[in-house]
Amino acid sequence: MTILKNRLFWPIAILVAMLIVNVFTSHQFLTIHDGHLFGTLIDILRGSAPLMLVALGMTLVISTGGIDLSVGSVMAISGAVACLLIKDLSDQNAIGAVLLIVAVAIGVSALLGLWNGTLVAVVGIQPIIATLILMVAGRGLAQLITDGQIINVQSNPYASIATGFFLTLPVAFLIAMAAVALTAVLTRRTALGLLLESVGGSPAASRLAGIRARRITMMVYVVSGAFAGLAGLIVSADIKSADSIHAGDLIELDAILAVVIGGTALIGGRFSIIGTVIGALLIQTLTVTVVGVGVPPKATLLFKAVIVVALCLSQSPVFREKVFGRFKSRPAVRAEVTA
Amino acid sequence: MKTTIDATPEVAQNAPVNPRRRVYRPNAKYIPILATLVLLLAMYVGGLANLAHFDDPRVVVNLFRDNAVLLVVAIGMTFVILTGGIDLSVGAVISLTTTLTATLLQGGWPPLLVLPLVLVLGALLGSGMGAVIQYFKVEPFIATLAGLFLARGLALYINQESIPIRDKLWVTLSDLRIPLFDGVKTTLIAVVALVVVLIAAAVLAWTRFGRNVYAIGGSADSALLMGLPVARTRVLVYTISGFCAALGGVLFTINSTSGHALQGAGTELDAIAACVIGGVLLTGGSGYVFGTLLGVMVFGLISTIINFQGDLNSAWTRIVVGILLFGFIVLQRLVTRRAR
Repeated sequence: MTILKNRLFWPIAILVAMLIVNVFTSHQFLTIHDGHLFGTLIDILRGSAPLMLVALGMTLVISTGGIDLSVGSVMAISGAVACLLIKDLSDQNAIGAVLLIVAVAIGVSALLGLWNGTLVAVVGIQPIIATLILMVAGRGLAQLITDGQIINVQSNPYASIATGFFLTLPVAFLIAMAAVALTAVLTRRTALGLLLESVGGSPAASRLAGIRARRITMMVYVVSGAFAGLAGLIVSADIKSADSIHAGDLIELDAILAVVIGGTALIGGRFSIIGTVIGALLIQTLTVTVVGVGVPPKATLLFKAVIVVALCLSQSPVFREKVFGRFKSRPAVRAEVTA
Repeated sequence: MKTTIDATPEVAQNAPVNPRRRVYRPNAKYIPILATLVLLLAMYVGGLANLAHFDDPRVVVNLFRDNAVLLVVAIGMTFVILTGGIDLSVGAVISLTTTLTATLLQGGWPPLLVLPLVLVLGALLGSGMGAVIQYFKVEPFIATLAGLFLARGLALYINQESIPIRDKLWVTLSDLRIPLFDGVKTTLIAVVALVVVLIAAAVLAWTRFGRNVYAIGGSADSALLMGLPVARTRVLVYTISGFCAALGGVLFTINSTSGHALQGAGTELDAIAACVIGGVLLTGGSGYVFGTLLGVMVFGLISTIINFQGDLNSAWTRIVVGILLFGFIVLQRLVTRRAR
C-alpha cells in the first residue's frame, strides 16, 4: 500500500503502460543498428531532452515559488544566436569554434535569465509578469537576430548535439542526464536544495535566518535561462536551422506540466528532480505514443488533455479519497473506534 | 466607514501634529489604480504631443472596439484572480467558441440557438474547471491548463481552417454602427464590452457575491470559518470566466464574421497582464474591475501608438510591446512602493 501512496506511482505506472503499448505498435522498440541503440525507446529519450532541460530549470524556479514563462523565447534566441554565428564561420565543421559558439549562446541565455532574476528579486515584480515581458519581447528579439528568416547551417559538430550518439546513447539525452545529475548532486548533496526550499517557503523568513534569498532567487532564473538556452541549441541542431517563430513554442506549459506531474508544488518550498525527469519522459512518451497508436493528428491535443486530466485527478488526494475511499477497508479507523 | 478609519488616535491629540499628515494621501488601496491612470494619461498626452492626428476622438473610441474581446475576457479573469486563482483556458475557450459558432452557422443552425448554446458551453467548461479546483483540490494553474488543452483540442478537432460566417444576423450585427457624438460611431462589440465592465463592477462592489469573492481572495480559510459559501463562490468565478471567454469568442466572430481554431492563442496571458497592470494582485483579494479596464486600455494604447508610428515591422512591434510593458510595470512598482 505504501507504493500506491507514493506521488510518483501513477505517473510511473502510466509511463510504463505507454511504453508497453509502444512495444507492440512500433516497428522497432529497441534494437542495435549502425553500432548504437535504435528504436522508439531511443527516439523518446532523444526527443525528451529539450523538455527535460527546460523542466529542470523550471523545477528550481518553481521551488522558490516563482515561474518562468520566458523559456520558449530564450530557446528561440539561443538557437538564433548559435546559427547566426556558425553561418559566418569559414569552416562550419571546426569543432573548437562550434564549441565556443555553443558556450556563447548559453552565456547569452544565462544573461537573459539574469534579467528575469533581477526583475523578480531586485525590482520585486511578480514572477509570472516579470518573465512575461521576456516571453513577449524575446521572440521579437529572436526574429530580429535571424532577420525574420530561417537560418540554415551545415555544421556536423553542431548537428551532433541533437542527432549524435555516444556510448550507444543519444548525445542529447546524455546532455540532459548530465544536467540532471549535476543539479541533483548540487541540490541534494549540498545545502543548496535546503536553501532553495527555504526561500520558496518564505523569502522573508529565510532572509532573517541569514540566507541570501535575493541572490538565490536570481541564481535559479539564471540556471533556468541557461538550461533553456541549451534546450534551444538541441532543438535547432536537430533541424540544422534556427526557426525563431516555432522554436520552443508553448514549451513553458509542457515544462510546468512535467514539474507538476513530478510532484513539485506550484506554491514552492518543495521540489523533486527525479519527479520532473519522469514528468518530462511521460509527456514525450505520450506525444510519441499518440502518433504511434494511430490517433489522427487533429485529435492529438484532445487525447493529451484526457490523459492530463486523468493524471492530475489521480494525484489529487481528495479525489482518491472520494472515489477510491469507499472501496478500501479501514482497519486503522476501526481499531481507534473500538479502543 | 471613512470617519472611523480617519479618526485621529488619542495619542496624536496631545502630541504636536505631524506636519506630514497634512499632505493629501489617497487611500492606499487606490494607489495602484491611480498610478495606472496617471501613466495611461501620460502615454496619451505623449502620443498627442508626438503623433499627428492622434487628437482625433476616434482614437479613444476605437480603443474599445479593437480591445473588446480582451476586455471581456480580462473582466472574467479579474473575478478569478480576485479569489487568488488563475484561468489559463480563456484563449482556448475563445478558439472553441469561434470555431463552433462558425461551424454551426455554416451548417444552417438558427443563430438565436447558436448564440446561447456557445455561451452556455463556455460557462459549463468554466464551472467544470471550478468544480475540479474546488472539490478535488487540483491547483488552478494545472486544472485550467488541462482545460486549455481540452478546449483547443476540441477546436482543432472540429475544424483547423478559418471558417467564414455568412449568417444574416451575424453580418447585420457586424455592420451595425452606433452613433455617439459629432458623427463618431462605434461598433456593437465595444458597447457590449462596456456593458460587461459596468455589470462586473456593480456585482463586485454592491453584491454579497462580490464581497465573498474578495473574502476568499483574502483568506479562503477565514471565509469558510465565517460561514461564507466558499465552494459555490469559487465554482461561480470560474463559470463567469468561462462565460466571459465564450462571450469574447462570440464578439470576435461578430467583429470578423469568421471563426478560426487558433484565434485567441495567448489571450490568457494578455488578460492576466492587463489585470496586473490595473493593480489586481495575483495573490488575490485586492483589485478593481476599473483597474482591469485601465490595464486593457494600456495594452490597446501601446499597439495604437505603434500603429501610428507606422514604420515598425512585426519583430519590433513585439519588442516595443515588451519594453513598454516593462517600463510600465516598473514605474507602477516604484510608485506603489513609495506610497507604502
